Amino acid sequence: MSDAKNGQSEKSFDLDTLKNIAEEVLTEAKKQGATESEISLNVGRGLSVNARLGDVESIEYHRDQGLAISVYMGRKKGSASSTDFKMASIHEMVVAACAIACHAEEDEFSGLPQQDLLATTFPELSLFHPWPLDTEQAIRLAIDCEQAARSYHTDITNSEGASIQSFDGVSVLANSLGFNHGYPASRHSLSCSVIGEREGQMQRDYWYSSARKEQGLESAQQVGEKAAERTVNRLGARSISTRKCPVMYSSDVSGGLIGHCIAAIRGGNIYRKSSFLLDSLNKQIFPSFMHIHEQPHLREAMGSAPYDAEGVVTKARDIVHDGCLQGFVLSSYSARKLGMKTTANAGGVRNLTVESGELGFKGMLAKMGTGFLATELMGQGVNALTGDYSRGAAGFWVEGGEIQYPVEEVTIAGNLKDMYKAIVAVGNDVDLRGNIRCGSILIDEMTLAGTD
Amino acid sequence: MSNEIQHATATLLEPVGLSVNDIENVMGRMMSRSIDQADIYFQTSRSEAWVLEDSIVKEGSYNIEQGVGLRAVSGEKTGFAYSEELNLPSMLEAAGNVRAISSRGQSGILRPRSTGIVPVRYAPIDPLDTLTNEDKVALLNKIDRQTRAIDSRIEQVMVSLVGVHEVILVATEDGNMRSDVRPLVRMSITVIVEQNGQREQGSSGGGARRGYDYFLEEDRVMGYADEAVRLALVNLEAVDAPAGNMTVVLGPGWPGILLHEAIGHGLEGDFNRKGSSAFSGRIGEKVASSLCTVVDDGTLDNRRGSLTIDDEGEQSQCTTLIENGILKGYIQDKMNARLMGQVSTGNGRRESYAHLPMPRMTNTYMLAGQHDPKEILSSVKNGLYAVNFGGGQVDITSGKFVFSASEAYLIKDGKISHPVKGATLIGNGPEVLTQVSMVGNDLALDGGVGTCGKEGQSVPVGVGQPTLKIDTLTVGGIHV
Repeated sequence: MSDAKNGQSEKSFDLDTLKNIAEEVLTEAKKQGATESEISLNVGRGLSVNARLGDVESIEYHRDQGLAISVYMGRKKGSASSTDFKMASIHEMVVAACAIACHAEEDEFSGLPQQDLLATTFPELSLFHPWPLDTEQAIRLAIDCEQAARSYHTDITNSEGASIQSFDGVSVLANSLGFNHGYPASRHSLSCSVIGEREGQMQRDYWYSSARKEQGLESAQQVGEKAAERTVNRLGARSISTRKCPVMYSSDVSGGLIGHCIAAIRGGNIYRKSSFLLDSLNKQIFPSFMHIHEQPHLREAMGSAPYDAEGVVTKARDIVHDGCLQGFVLSSYSARKLGMKTTANAGGVRNLTVESGELGFKGMLAKMGTGFLATELMGQGVNALTGDYSRGAAGFWVEGGEIQYPVEEVTIAGNLKDMYKAIVAVGNDVDLRGNIRCGSILIDEMTLAGTD
Repeated sequence: MSNEIQHATATLLEPVGLSVNDIENVMGRMMSRSIDQADIYFQTSRSEAWVLEDSIVKEGSYNIEQGVGLRAVSGEKTGFAYSEELNLPSMLEAAGNVRAISSRGQSGILRPRSTGIVPVRYAPIDPLDTLTNEDKVALLNKIDRQTRAIDSRIEQVMVSLVGVHEVILVATEDGNMRSDVRPLVRMSITVIVEQNGQREQGSSGGGARRGYDYFLEEDRVMGYADEAVRLALVNLEAVDAPAGNMTVVLGPGWPGILLHEAIGHGLEGDFNRKGSSAFSGRIGEKVASSLCTVVDDGTLDNRRGSLTIDDEGEQSQCTTLIENGILKGYIQDKMNARLMGQVSTGNGRRESYAHLPMPRMTNTYMLAGQHDPKEILSSVKNGLYAVNFGGGQVDITSGKFVFSASEAYLIKDGKISHPVKGATLIGNGPEVLTQVSMVGNDLALDGGVGTCGKEGQSVPVGVGQPTLKIDTLTVGGIHV
């Protein structure tokens, strides 16, 4: 088989080429009457290989490119995007964005960010580590990973396969204030999903590892074994009766719980007044032992970036200190709407860290004593306006600090405002894979509904 | 060449200097003896979105997407590459990569075959042109004014208007070529109300494979506005939902998301070929009460989930999934059908040229039954009446599904009582329909807002059902 990435010898765009295109687009926008404009471009390539039941199942060669422009005619805004870099398409796109801006209405808060907030220094964040992975090597890794899972236990009877993905690309951001910068980044992942069967019950679970560099990935063996272990642990799951009880979110789902808080303090939800944390600035929303930091400059981290989606320089900050909310999550626009200053969060938060307590996973279980350990959540039952929370869950029933049996087909419910205040402990078993780095979280009491 | 193909080649190929010959050339490069199936999928789409908030049309966006995806399948193995570069060298190179999925062999021979006439399910129009930009902005402003006039408790009104004009052309290994022009429009209205410091929201909307004129007919727009306001006001009165097992009556229309999550996904061919679905190997078995007949129907005129042809060039059809409680068939694309010794049901769909096709639903609904909905409600002593839902999710292997009610009421002594909030319903796909004891005569389809996600790919879908009584289902509220 051909070599994956080298097999795609189509012209690839380097940083300077993209910056030049950006400059041309800005010039074109100005020519068409835009008073201000901003453009982002990205190109990327990747390989993903899936193996199932010991053989390759699919090989996908990815090539992505896109460009997006926002133009302002005074305080009127129009946007457009395209996957085509040819000048004719770029022209069509700019014309369309300007036509929309002409018809949009004056919004006194719209516009580019304040010039003095734009990034002027660009720390080396070590985000680009291309993996010279060829197709054969990728297939072998995927097969090894799945094999590790399938041979882990006799109850593993079927598989959805293992997959390797490797992407790298360059992105550029430019605006009519003279900002024109870009940087390359890579991401690689290895995942596996297998099915187990016991006494007529079928269960599936998965595990994945992701990193900026190949060396940061867990081994194929580790990923496969974890996927299998998680699947086997679910076999024999049953529902339980409806009750109120303590609930512990394992570290691979606890980030989601913190994510609901971040969604509720996003500028858009605050100025629309559609947040349960509307009047919470400088108020206690978590117990006083909780601290949440944003660290956008962590080297090699998946969420790191030198500047936000508007070019505003990103900075480390406390979002929650001693349980008190220190600031919202703002872009220039939402900041102006609220009479505040942008927090460089256009495009989202970057590497949130929830400060860990002293207990590990087992210590956390012991602290809970008797209750429900949630390891999977399902559905969208979270209302960001009211904080009402009710989601499907699977996990384990715990007694005396020990896992007793797997549980499925239950819901856990509460109101996020109360749930946050009822957090008893945060573990030090931190999951580093996502954008929110958090250990397991123990909540004093929630309502669990089951079918039993 | 049919009109549609001519239109598609004029839209997709001619502007970039490609000819039908070039397609055959690329297909030839992709084929080898061990390739069972191959396709080249051209797509171009133009879409726009207009957003109103704070009583002004704040912004709009216009998006151009075009590219080509090449796929070769050998047995269970798939090679796939795509490119935004629509030129012959790029495509030949991609074809070379893709064919590497099989051991090298001689080029397969293309056997051109005439394309049959496929009934068209929607007009080949460009929705973006059906209103001028001035009229789009004026429409959003009018909606804002009229919505705010409905109730003094309204604090915020948000309206979005989206239109998509998509043209696809799919060439397959048998020399077939088919194309489709797919219009799609959607509108959504969200209001936030406040009363004595308490805030709630309500949303409504609709859409179709039509032009924007769809929203101007039958006063649909203000229908959405009234509904969004009504939902928000109901939520102001809502109390905490109960927790535990109870009888649940599901209203008609959008609650059909139950069928989509609990049944539909589990019947998709890929999961069943691999044996990973809770429904695997159960064709011919009773999986629902005999009152239940469920279909997936892509042929309904102008509906959001409908397709003239699927993304593999197969004619869309109406497939019976469950008939009088018996599992009848799966939802198939070409590859999974071939590997299972079945035929495609016209459900091979992909989000775009940059994604691989998979078996996906179109419009999934349950046929009407005999009961008057009032009779169904009055038969319930204590239970929950759920009429509107947010999203849902299913684990197809364990069969467990959840979906979240956005409007629900307690039923007491056969009468609709207090509204409740935050009710998530959870159950087991292969069991839930066995609990159906009454089916209403009021089949309704949803308003045209559904989007289904699977393995990271989103496609527009529809759902529907009549009023249903489910004898026991778990309600995940707070109140024990």
